[in-house]
Amino acid sequence: MSPVSTASSRLIYDALKASGIRLMSALPETWLVHLVRMADEDPDMTLVRLAKEEEGVGISAGAHLAGVRSAMLMQNHGFLASVNGIVSCAQLYRIPLLMLISYRGEFGERDPWQTEGGGVTEDLLRALRIPFSYLDRADHVAHRIAKAQTLALSANKPVALLLCRDLMWEEAPS
Amino acid sequence: MKRLEALTAVYPRLQDKVVVTIMGAVAAELQSIGHRPNFFYLQHAMGLASSMGLGIALTRPECQVVVFDGDGSILMNLGGLTTLARYRPRNLVHVVFDNESLLSVGGFPTATSTGSDIAAIAAAAGIPRTATVRALDEFTRAFDEALAAGDLTTIVAKVDAVGPSKFVTDLSLLENRFQFQRYLTSVHAHSTR
Repeated sequence: MSPVSTASSRLIYDALKASGIRLMSALPETWLVHLVRMADEDPDMTLVRLAKEEEGVGISAGAHLAGVRSAMLMQNHGFLASVNGIVSCAQLYRIPLLMLISYRGEFGERDPWQTEGGGVTEDLLRALRIPFSYLDRADHVAHRIAKAQTLALSANKPVALLLCRDLMWEEAPS
Repeated sequence: MKRLEALTAVYPRLQDKVVVTIMGAVAAELQSIGHRPNFFYLQHAMGLASSMGLGIALTRPECQVVVFDGDGSILMNLGGLTTLARYRPRNLVHVVFDNESLLSVGGFPTATSTGSDIAAIAAAAGIPRTATVRALDEFTRAFDEALAAGDLTTIVAKVDAVGPSKFVTDLSLLENRFQFQRYLTSVHAHSTR
């Protein structure tokens, strides 16, 4: 069994549905496997599996202008790969963009290749002036997702939620 | 074939289509023929016009979407062709104006000038209908056939590397964005009535 939390993934997925999300773009990574599967199995959700995360910015922009709420699921390295699209599509054109970013490379990370991206994720969000918060406990998942979506829509801009290890990973600490 | 001639030839067909273009010459030339509220010009984010078209086509299957792309832009998002093919929106016609150069930044040659074949790449990515056209009558025929076929089509239109004298128009980016959104919302209101 993967130590990725099914229960937390379900909480996140249900909160996204409750926020009116009807399209998700995703580039799968370990922490996102359950979320991607839930989207894939949901007949009321359009799941778009991407080749590279930046495509998701364009897809979400199109969906928004067409009147459909969407979310992007990606790893923080996918966020790094999407920066031009975020700036010169979503920010330039004032597109609400709900980004759920798995926060790899933070405290507890065992994969050496994730650590460099982890160290720049928050600084980059701040540099881009993207409002963000953390999903690190089950009890605040639903209202943080709802509030993030509310701000994205009222401000017409990208917002980010960082999916943290304490929420997503159930492996016992060693 | 000049891109302006190609756009002019199909312009009457665009009246009821949802149109997304790339930046630069394509946007300026389409506006010079006549802006419509159903036209959106992605004035940056090179590569993402086709992704925006996909987002609209998937969420609004009742709308016929036309994307006017370019060789420089699609070369920045070749992976997006595999995503287009994977979801195969039958209401999307993807036109790539290929002038084999990055015209708006000084005409530097792109890889299509040394043999890279975008229609072949699109076909290999899984786009069900692809064509490369060089003459105006070929282009209009391919465009009309794509609309009639009702399937995802990539048309690579080889065009001269010439464009307008300036690229900035008097349509502000945000005015275009909100007008286009209102257009799409009103179409939706009609279709669900």
